[in-house]
Amino acid sequence: MKKTESYKLTHLQELEAESIHIIREVAAEFENPVMMYSIGKDSSVMVKLAQKAFAPGKIPFPMLHVDSHWKFKEMIAFRDTFCTENNIDLIVYKNAAGVKQGIGPFTHGSKIHTDTMKTQALLQALDQHKFDAAFGGARRDEEKSRAKERIFSFRDNFHQWDPKNQRPELWNLYNTEVHKGESIRVFPISNWTELDVWQYIRQESIPIVPLYFAKPRAVVNMDGQLILVDDDRMPAELAARKEIRTVRFRTLGCYPLTGAVESAADTIEKIIEEMMTETKSERTTRVIDFDQDGSMEQKKREGYF
Amino acid sequence: MTKSIAQFLIEDESKDLLRLLTAGSVDDGKSTLIGRLLHDSKKLYDDQLATLERDSKRVGNAGEAIDYALLLDGLKAEREQGITIDVAYRYFSTSKRKFIIADTPGHEQYTRNMVTGASTAHLAIVLIDARKGVITQTKRHSFLISLLGIRHVIVAVNKMDLVDYDQLVFDKIRSEYLEFTTRLEIPDIQFVPLSALKGDNIVDAGDNTPWYHGSSIMNLLETIPITADRNFRDLRFPIQLVSRPNLDFRGFAGRLASGIIRQGDEVIALPSGKSSTITSLETMGKQVDYAFPPQSIMLTLADEIDISRGDMLVRRNNQPAVGRHFEAMLVWMDETPLNINQQFILKHTTQKVRGRIDSIHYIMDVNTLHRSKADTFQLNEIGRVVLTSSRPLLFDSYANNRQTGSFILIDAITHNTSAVGLIIDRVNPEKLPSRITGSSTATLERSLISQAERQQQLGQVAMTYWITGLHASGKNEIAYQLERALFDQGKAVVVLDGNKLRSGLNRELGFNKTDRDENLRRVAEMAKLLNDQGLIVIAVFISPDRETRVQVKAIIGPTFYKEIFIDSPLDLCRSRDKKGLYQKADAGQIQNFPGVDTPYEPGTADLVIHDLTELDITDLI
Repeated sequence: MKKTESYKLTHLQELEAESIHIIREVAAEFENPVMMYSIGKDSSVMVKLAQKAFAPGKIPFPMLHVDSHWKFKEMIAFRDTFCTENNIDLIVYKNAAGVKQGIGPFTHGSKIHTDTMKTQALLQALDQHKFDAAFGGARRDEEKSRAKERIFSFRDNFHQWDPKNQRPELWNLYNTEVHKGESIRVFPISNWTELDVWQYIRQESIPIVPLYFAKPRAVVNMDGQLILVDDDRMPAELAARKEIRTVRFRTLGCYPLTGAVESAADTIEKIIEEMMTETKSERTTRVIDFDQDGSMEQKKREGYF
Repeated sequence: MTKSIAQFLIEDESKDLLRLLTAGSVDDGKSTLIGRLLHDSKKLYDDQLATLERDSKRVGNAGEAIDYALLLDGLKAEREQGITIDVAYRYFSTSKRKFIIADTPGHEQYTRNMVTGASTAHLAIVLIDARKGVITQTKRHSFLISLLGIRHVIVAVNKMDLVDYDQLVFDKIRSEYLEFTTRLEIPDIQFVPLSALKGDNIVDAGDNTPWYHGSSIMNLLETIPITADRNFRDLRFPIQLVSRPNLDFRGFAGRLASGIIRQGDEVIALPSGKSSTITSLETMGKQVDYAFPPQSIMLTLADEIDISRGDMLVRRNNQPAVGRHFEAMLVWMDETPLNINQQFILKHTTQKVRGRIDSIHYIMDVNTLHRSKADTFQLNEIGRVVLTSSRPLLFDSYANNRQTGSFILIDAITHNTSAVGLIIDRVNPEKLPSRITGSSTATLERSLISQAERQQQLGQVAMTYWITGLHASGKNEIAYQLERALFDQGKAVVVLDGNKLRSGLNRELGFNKTDRDENLRRVAEMAKLLNDQGLIVIAVFISPDRETRVQVKAIIGPTFYKEIFIDSPLDLCRSRDKKGLYQKADAGQIQNFPGVDTPYEPGTADLVIHDLTELDITDLI
């Protein structure tokens, strides 16, 4: 040991080291991995980690965006610019049958929409490309059922998760063995908290969708959630109630299912400050989690990320 | 305000990360303690609390008060059962540190989960119910903590409110615990009297324990130093990935397992042993002069040496063990018990090889630390084993290096993680009890007289005739007739039979599977030595296991091995049995007796003799 050297790692550096190790392990062990790209802030962090893991080389696997057909316009615009600028190999998948049937949250409700346009679409995309590993940006602090999920989470032929039958996961020795048709969902930022993600975005100047920052936007109050009037698919009688409020989004998804919060936080520092004094955890602005008690666990068993 | 948040972020970025494990059952108030830690560190968002109040009314166990345990028990089925059944990870931070809690259940059947949580933890909180004191479960948890190499333990003596905050109770538990742990290896143990329910000594010193002058749990968690727990001494860099984005760049990526690595250092690559110099070192996307564990790094070398995933960079004067045979403590994690003949995928650092368990020294009762003999492992059992891998591993003992001393065994068919192992030491192949393959003679000094010369002088071809079959099947008669006939033809020949060897050379060996295999291994080695001298060997052994005979053949060498199976009917064998061994086996006085309670496995013989009466020994020759 030398006196002038420090061997301390900050918590972010330690998390980063762990995540990079996980991402490299997937690249080394699987034949056909893919990274789920949801356009959200967690995805942005995951992409950044993947870039670091392989620099100066290119990320050796594609990104997959499952487009539910109802994402915020600004998300899609951001996605296209971000992926072009970062030379990312992007696959966009939409459930064509669902689009044809005109499935959407306003007409079919959140449950059918999410199942058809997100869960089923995801499963179709995974089957079509025969991916044997798929990275997701989920974190264990987000939701109770996620706290128990492994970093390398096994999925059977039907993409199902069995919470009672998970592979033990020790040290950083990950079991990557799968039979044909089976796959592993990999969560490289499992151990990050929401605050860690924001701090990292700030520290690394990672670009994120502008919807995260507060500004005056046209919203309507739907059952207590502030829903953005993002396009003319919103029923006219609903859109007629629109009002301009200064809001931002804590999570991003389908615009009719994602509530805004009133906020003046227009910088990352202000967002963090707001978070530190915040009274709502981030998933409460996602309508789908409230369908039924334990609903996220239910969705995860069925194959949702 | 923005200025203060900037200040906050700068301070917050310099916090380190402590991973901890909580051991104890729901009854000990473990979930309540964790709920408190989360709550009191102000990381519980109000709406999580709101959900909690709603849930508590429906399924909660704590009456009208907030049930902190509900925060932790995520999965639906478990919530209904009122128990936590897997490892759950929780996060909180204070102004000094960020924490990850691995919350594992205390129930007997979940050793598996506790071991999982302990594998990455720096520190463990062991909960003891003040009313119950040090119980079996406490001992089990502490043994596992010691086994997994956690160096810091906080013993939280909880529910002090229910024993009137009596110092005597606390002191008694403390001395009992210390007495038990003298047999374990936990360097740092601290005791805190606690009431998780009332909040005494969780964050602040409680008024109820004026006799306690130590720190609160939170204070200990924030201040226990952990940096020195890492191994900075032995450089071990397992190559995870080789990156060749273009012709000019060849980077070696991986996570530094231990030791410090600096630009300009000379390193050698194992297993090739070739050396080179570090030309560049990168971590977190930045060029650095040095790197340390557990950083993920990418480095380049001055020379074009052949290195791939699974190789390891080390220093010439500080190398890991290299070998295919090693001893380890094994924790069985599969519902399906171990089948000793099973082959596994063994994952160690960044290597994946085939692995096999050669023998089980003992299984340990985690409650009493009592050791007993066993032939298999059941779920949650822990024991000491000898393993062989298909290719050499680069390893250290787990005590010296958590990263290079650990491995997992994956079932080759189901792909379950069947077991995890902590390496104790390497085993010299010569010392292995049995089931040995591969010859070590290549590295031995060779005699100046070749086997061919000896055979020529003796006028014969060296050979081992391995005569196998049930007890009293007539093996010995044939063997000695054959010896006579060969001798009469002027051949140099020797018979090795079981009675002879067991009365002398192998007299310490018994009749269990391991000892019987060892007996045959020695016979095979001896036959090989004799064959090397040009001699003909006739070996007479029941040797009922097919696999063992295959190994015997591998040791002797297939060209020098002829197997003769005396396939006499069992009834005939019984009628010829002068020693009455079959009767004893029938009566259960002898176990594992071929033909009675264990089968003879045929199928490998070069010659099968069904009827001894029709045999003319000259035909045999």
